[in-house]
Amino acid sequence: MIRVLVAKPGLDGHDRGAKVIARALRDAGMEVVYTGLHQTPEQIVDAVLQEDVDVLALSILSGAHPTLVPRIMELMREHELNDVLVLLGGIIPDDDVEAMIQTGVSRVFGPGTDTKDIIDYIREHVRRDD
Amino acid sequence: MISARELVPGIVAGHKRAIARGLTWIERDHDRGRALVHLLFPRAGGAHIVGVTGAPGVGKSTLVNRLTLTLRSQGRRVGILAVDPSSPFSGGAILGDRIRMQESVMDDGVFMRSLATRGHLGGLSRATFGAVTLLAAAGFDVILIETVGAGQSEVEVMQLAHTTLVVLAPGLGDEIQAIKAGILEIGDAFVVNKADREGADQTARAIRGMLSLSRRDVAWVPPVVKTVAEQGEGIEELVDAVNRHRQYLDESGQWAERRGALALHLIELAMGDWTHRAIAQAQRNVDWSAVMEDVLSGGADVEELARQLLLQALKGRNHEP
Repeated sequence: MIRVLVAKPGLDGHDRGAKVIARALRDAGMEVVYTGLHQTPEQIVDAVLQEDVDVLALSILSGAHPTLVPRIMELMREHELNDVLVLLGGIIPDDDVEAMIQTGVSRVFGPGTDTKDIIDYIREHVRRDD
Repeated sequence: MISARELVPGIVAGHKRAIARGLTWIERDHDRGRALVHLLFPRAGGAHIVGVTGAPGVGKSTLVNRLTLTLRSQGRRVGILAVDPSSPFSGGAILGDRIRMQESVMDDGVFMRSLATRGHLGGLSRATFGAVTLLAAAGFDVILIETVGAGQSEVEVMQLAHTTLVVLAPGLGDEIQAIKAGILEIGDAFVVNKADREGADQTARAIRGMLSLSRRDVAWVPPVVKTVAEQGEGIEELVDAVNRHRQYLDESGQWAERRGALALHLIELAMGDWTHRAIAQAQRNVDWSAVMEDVLSGGADVEELARQLLLQALKGRNHEP
């Protein structure tokens, strides 16, 4: 059973995309923990830790990813959550993608991504089976 | 690969990573998960296990959040298990109880885990029983179990909890008559949440009326507490009722009795697991469609067939399903 945390860090108030993803992952047979809007990096990483998820899927539309994502990845490393696959979606300009990957994010999915691609990516790249 | 025995010290010390990993093992129902529960069971006797049940939308998650904050202010460590249904079609689930628990779960004295039912009926997941044992052994003083949105027969939580809170919202009125059997029989306390809405007093009265007609235990009168969980109103009174119930269980000797009842239920669940394994094993090893045909045509004695399948599974002593 693949467990995924779908999280919305920061201040933007739109979670339609996150909910669409959550539902698609559920329909693909995954267990999706959804934590709602306005999450701090600390809250998100604490939820990853307690829920012991295989995948963290972040959705950021506010443009705050250059500060939020490095902070989240730093906290993930602090808690030794290195085997969690981290995906980023929302509105991430092409020029920022490489910097996001550098922080430890595995893949950035832009607007209009087919949910099937996300599901396939997760199934292929989940790192732990324990 | 670490063993169950190696994980125990971290759990007993309350380390979040160890607790989280142990819960995952229990959920995946492999040998290490079972070994872990077995090792931790002797350490799990002290926690007060409180079930929170009720229909979808009555405010169970918000109430659990508020209960946690108040229990924390009394210095008690709180474990939370929140159960949501798995899809019968995909097997997937959306676990959304954290949304309403954000205020309480960031605290180091709180550990919260979302569980999906994974096909288990009764309002809990199969893993909830082991998960409670683990959290109790990890030193949480109170363990709150939020069931799936319950109808009339999701009453399994009473097998696990010392104290069961049945949560309702105003406006049920006559419906109380319809649901008086089942879920309304298992409450050690009743919560009329969203009590700022019209009809709260009638609902509280209807519950009291029902309780005066039928009670399991004449020495404990289940209190009916009105709350507005969103605003935190009535929560102290509810925590007080929970604490009084624990004291009552201690003094009446029922604390120990309930532990005995839990042991019995655990044995029943484990027997059920053997049944599932027997069927899974048979489906792998024999021509299952021929067996089904045999049953449907009246050729096979179903009772005898069941006995044979169980015997084969037990002979194999194969733990893995």
